[in-house]
Amino acid sequence: MKVEVVSPERVLFSGIATQVITRTESGGEIAFLPGHTSFLGVLTENHTRIYLEDGKVQNLAVHRGYVEASGAHVTILSDNAELAEDIDVTRARAAKERAETAMRSEHDASVEADLRRAHARLSATGGLGNP
Amino acid sequence: MAGGQERILRGRIRSVQATKKITRAMELIAASRIVKAQQRVQAAVPYSEMITNVVKDLAAGGSGNESAFMKPRDVVKTTCYVTIAADRGLCGGYNAGVLRATEGEVKADVLAGKDYAIVPVGRKSESYFKFRGYALRQGFGGFSDAPKYENAKAIGEYVVEQFLSGAVDRVELVYTRFVSSGTQEVVRRPLIPLEREVVEGGDGKPEGGVSAYEFEPSAEDILGSLLPRYVEARIYAALLNAAASEHAFRQRAMKSATDNAEELIKSLSRTMNRARQDSITTEIMEIVGGAEALSGADDMVGV
Repeated sequence: MKVEVVSPERVLFSGIATQVITRTESGGEIAFLPGHTSFLGVLTENHTRIYLEDGKVQNLAVHRGYVEASGAHVTILSDNAELAEDIDVTRARAAKERAETAMRSEHDASVEADLRRAHARLSATGGLGNP
Repeated sequence: MAGGQERILRGRIRSVQATKKITRAMELIAASRIVKAQQRVQAAVPYSEMITNVVKDLAAGGSGNESAFMKPRDVVKTTCYVTIAADRGLCGGYNAGVLRATEGEVKADVLAGKDYAIVPVGRKSESYFKFRGYALRQGFGGFSDAPKYENAKAIGEYVVEQFLSGAVDRVELVYTRFVSSGTQEVVRRPLIPLEREVVEGGDGKPEGGVSAYEFEPSAEDILGSLLPRYVEARIYAALLNAAASEHAFRQRAMKSATDNAEELIKSLSRTMNRARQDSITTEIMEIVGGAEALSGADDMVGV
């Protein structure tokens, strides 16, 4: 099936894949296989995985957006998404620490979103486990 | 006396040449930026097409009827104009076209006893209206030659907030549409509430799909969060069009400035050459006159 990740400024990724895993705001992780029923959902900050035909996996950090799917295609619309190759791991790790420190003193939605973003970035680059 | 004039002309030619170098450089820079700006306009098309399709499909499901974004207000008292102009001048009639179009609409509204709100985008837009004493809402500027999506987002959030709070009853975009590098036109497009034609035509099904969509969360919720994004995408497209137009206008303005400078240099050089020739002729006449006077004196001695 054809998979596209589109941001307002450019088409981030376009290719043929066998499976896409992303995460909706309310329903947790969701996987799309070819022939999935037509679906339209709101995404949260997440680590999206696109399984390509040649067995490789394209990792992305998608910071909110929408996913639209039907049997033959999956389209992710996001005004803020990054390919794993483009993510600065050191910065993401610093952002995560900053957000975690801020969490201890004040607990508001923007800090939480910062943390989720940093988390998605680190997860996409595989830098989450080892500190 | 004549030599003095020649020196003055030489100085003027030098200064025009320096100006010509600057305008030529600006022309070349603008020309190279048109291409980049055009590519950006193209790159933004897939996102806006897809988001439009999704909005159409959601609206076809009937969830759009209650949305505040879609319903025109019964009484339109205040119209908000988002006027997109440049941050800098030196681009011919680019700013004037957009600003005059907006000013005309605002004056018509005032005559009709209605209220107006101007959201100036670009520093020239802000200073123009401020100077003429119009009431301004929040201004945005500093990005006119290469707008980012964040800029569109900031403007979008502001006008959506103004609309939903009831401060304004409709929002219009005034900008310069980039048709080709030879043609640009000032256009005025309604932004909020969304036009019926924009959202109609969907069938509630994905392209080529047979089943209707499954929504998560509900279609209403998705539409509620999607419509602001749609507005932002429209503003972003307008900003990119305006940026491409600005570069095209600037290139043309600078090209004619360079041509004019060339013309000026030519006519100044001609005047200067004539002045130089005059002074040479005068000098020769003086020498000849002097020599003649001397030989005349010799003759006198000989006699």
